[in-house]
Amino acid sequence: MKTIKDLLTEHKFFHEMTPEMLEFIAGCGKNMHFNPGEFIGKQGDPADFLYVIREGNIALQLVQPTQGSLTIRSLRGGEIAGFSWIIPPYRLQFDLRAVEHSSVVALDGTCLRKKCEEDYKLGYYLMKQSATVMTQRLVDTRIQLLDIYGARV
Amino acid sequence: MAQESDHAEVNRQSLQRDIWLPLLYTVKEKKTENRGIVTLTLAPSAEEAIEPMEPGQFNMLYAFGIGEIPISISSLWNLQSTLVHTIQDVGAVSKAFCDLSTGDQVGVRGPYGTRWPLNKAKNKDVIILAGGVGMVPLRPLIERILNDRSRYGKLNVLFGARSPENIIFHQDIISWQADPTLNFQITVDHAYSNWRGHVGVVTYLIEEANFDPENTIAFICGPEIMMRYAVHACLDANVPTDHIFLSIERNMKCATGFCGHCQYGPFFVCKDGAVFSYPQVKIYLNIAEL
Repeated sequence: MKTIKDLLTEHKFFHEMTPEMLEFIAGCGKNMHFNPGEFIGKQGDPADFLYVIREGNIALQLVQPTQGSLTIRSLRGGEIAGFSWIIPPYRLQFDLRAVEHSSVVALDGTCLRKKCEEDYKLGYYLMKQSATVMTQRLVDTRIQLLDIYGARV
Repeated sequence: MAQESDHAEVNRQSLQRDIWLPLLYTVKEKKTENRGIVTLTLAPSAEEAIEPMEPGQFNMLYAFGIGEIPISISSLWNLQSTLVHTIQDVGAVSKAFCDLSTGDQVGVRGPYGTRWPLNKAKNKDVIILAGGVGMVPLRPLIERILNDRSRYGKLNVLFGARSPENIIFHQDIISWQADPTLNFQITVDHAYSNWRGHVGVVTYLIEEANFDPENTIAFICGPEIMMRYAVHACLDANVPTDHIFLSIERNMKCATGFCGHCQYGPFFVCKDGAVFSYPQVKIYLNIAEL
């Protein structure tokens, strides 16, 4: 049976992390599984976890009054969800909902923040990796906002 | 080799015809793809027909009394003399085509433009990246590859659309999703909860593709912003620069390189394109004035 450290080692977000760092943060993690349609977190909830997605499909959603939940990004195995664990006020900015059966390693945000304060190299690694992913998502969002598939071809 | 000779013969015969003279075609079938997009099947009204087309080429379609527009061939599955064109209602002339009924007549001249370089894809993995109605000129390419599947390596078709309601070619998509020789992935920019597929920009589907970068050819068509990002996604995945091809859209009027409306740096898109290799157009893709 794979340990939390093994599962983190396999995930691309942690590929450049040293074994010592992985060992250090593995204690913050636990396995979680979500069924299709199940909410992992809702907008405004405390951002208690960084979700390391192992497999499945998790939707990043916003509720559109009278029209339901609008999915603005789907996250799959190999991606992460729940950046707000590292950014004050540590509150989820979107709903997170499993579209398919999804398995994640959930790293406790409070535990991670404490370890980042103890080990600045770890903190820098996690912030650098998070910034890389956040930047890509920001670029993607800007392209989506351009509505390039609109009427003009 | 024989295929090259056939193409040369087609080109020779095309030159012998009056390039300005539209031939009469009749709408045999009209299919609504979604709101504002229709697919028309056209058959010659008389014996004379235009020359056989190749994936990537286009025709000038004439709506009598209204105007003429360039439209890519959208299917070559039926190799008879019928033409299949998919048209989005974006202006007066395209609206006229969308409003046609079976039995109506249109003018057709063509075929024009360069073709997707399928010969370069032989024995190679293929990535086809389509955005929105950019799938239209790519569908004949997919059909050709599927029709001769053993000549190519892994085939990846990555399709991005605005929303689930804007997806076109549903029957083909169902067929492609069921085809074990093809890795078909689709994403939309946004969707409501009844959509269970991917949501996000089309370039992120590259990670879902199976290919050996050095031995891969990429064919891209969509809005130009999407194509720029798609090119970079391919380059980031180590696809060689000269293995990337894109179809550029510009304001084409004459389709023969005379009028200059579609000038693109040293090129006329109608005559030198619309399919270009990335190295040909690399320096022009970021020039806003072109």
